[in-house]
Amino acid sequence: MNVFEVLGRKVINGLSQVGTAMLLIWQTIKQLRMLNIWHVLQQMAHLGVDSLPIISLTLLFAGGVMTLQITDVLIKYGAQSTVGGLMAVAMGRELGPILVGVVLAGRVGAAITAEIGTMKVTEQIDALRVMAVNPIAYLVVPRVVACMLMVPILAFYGVVIGIGGGYFVATSIKGLAPTTYLDSIQMFSTISDFTLGLVKSSVFGAVIALVGAYKGMQTKMGAEAVGFSTTSSVVTSIILVFVLNYFLSSLLY
Amino acid sequence: MIELHDVVVAYDSRVILDSINLTIADGETLVVLGGSGSGKSTLLRLLIGLQRPTSGQIIVDGIDITTISEEEFNKVRQKMGMVFQYSALFDSMNVGENVAFGLRQHTQKSETEIFDIVSERLGWVGLSGYESYMPNELSGGMKKRVSLARAIALDPTLILYDEPSSGLDPITSGTISMLIRGMQERLGCTSVVVTHDMQSAFYVADRIALLDKGRFVEISTAEEFKHSSHPKVQQFINGEAEAIDIVTRGDI
Repeated sequence: MNVFEVLGRKVINGLSQVGTAMLLIWQTIKQLRMLNIWHVLQQMAHLGVDSLPIISLTLLFAGGVMTLQITDVLIKYGAQSTVGGLMAVAMGRELGPILVGVVLAGRVGAAITAEIGTMKVTEQIDALRVMAVNPIAYLVVPRVVACMLMVPILAFYGVVIGIGGGYFVATSIKGLAPTTYLDSIQMFSTISDFTLGLVKSSVFGAVIALVGAYKGMQTKMGAEAVGFSTTSSVVTSIILVFVLNYFLSSLLY
Repeated sequence: MIELHDVVVAYDSRVILDSINLTIADGETLVVLGGSGSGKSTLLRLLIGLQRPTSGQIIVDGIDITTISEEEFNKVRQKMGMVFQYSALFDSMNVGENVAFGLRQHTQKSETEIFDIVSERLGWVGLSGYESYMPNELSGGMKKRVSLARAIALDPTLILYDEPSSGLDPITSGTISMLIRGMQERLGCTSVVVTHDMQSAFYVADRIALLDKGRFVEISTAEEFKHSSHPKVQQFINGEAEAIDIVTRGDI
């Protein structure tokens, strides 16, 4: 096999994967009419509520360490009145959505791929089809909708926790007056800093669920394949969250 | 009635089913025998629509299922049931929910009616009272029986069995064979059974078909099959097929 054949195979394989992913997105949109609200609520509870502890810890410490780093510099230049505002804008626009996106890509994306991948290798997806149930409508649509709704809620929660972490460090460790921090939030941040961040989070939610479902559906035979798909799902989701974040930020702000 | 006309399944240059023709009458139990890789599981996947043929026609009750859409196929599938080789029970649901799944998806029955049907079907397979058990709490034979109860929940006219006795001890395997025969008598449905188990095949079959390298080499009644002079049939009955193939390939 010469170099052109190898290259050609890689290109065809890549295009085939993109085509399959596009088909999954199209079928998911088509099957939205079959949406089962009860399944969505179940998924929201399962994927969302269980993620609260890890998001709390991640965003609390991320907010804390960021404040730790910037407060000294801002105090040095006499800009201590901007600490809270800076934290709120950074958290609302970027850190909140992206950190929650990355955490959920690891937690929720992996869970979706492992569950659907295991169902694939144990013929449960075939069993659904045999029982005249569309696997996309039954498995993928509720997870995508649940993630699109739940990730923004979790991101908002994460932003509040992150700002709270910053508040604790700024006031308890760096000696900033609580009113300085809180007034600064009110002065420098706007509602759109938070709402547009939530729009981005909703897109991240859809991406995480779709990548998770796609990788699960594409799982080959065997337990090792489930592990491979899960790893691939997390890596792909995290990369897509970062890339999409750049383009969405360029577009929205 | 099920009819297969010149059905071919091929991947690139590898032919799995090579222009096969077959007719299965209503209420008949057809057992499909064949070595590993002979195409028998592919045949089942074609009948249930998990796979489409490369060419040829498959007609189920007058409908050409090779050309219909997935949505149209789903209507045909509601009259079919399948027992998978590894049971394929939904592991996040208990036994009762597994059996009730099709009823909840495709009927407007009340929960009381569904409960009654689930209890009845579990009773038919000898698993009364197991509704709340999870699949991982069951033995292989029990899982197969739950899979059968799930397959018959919607009163299908066609039941497909993929290796129903594989991985089971001879006694459990015999129980499964009795259940297959029992379901055919109780529901009057058509059954297609893919198996390696000769004892089970002779017990449940009205007719037996032997697939070899993607072609039927023999289709006859169980009695005729036993006395067939075809060398492949005799090899299969006497368990010599594997050894002869290996010798032919020069591996030993």
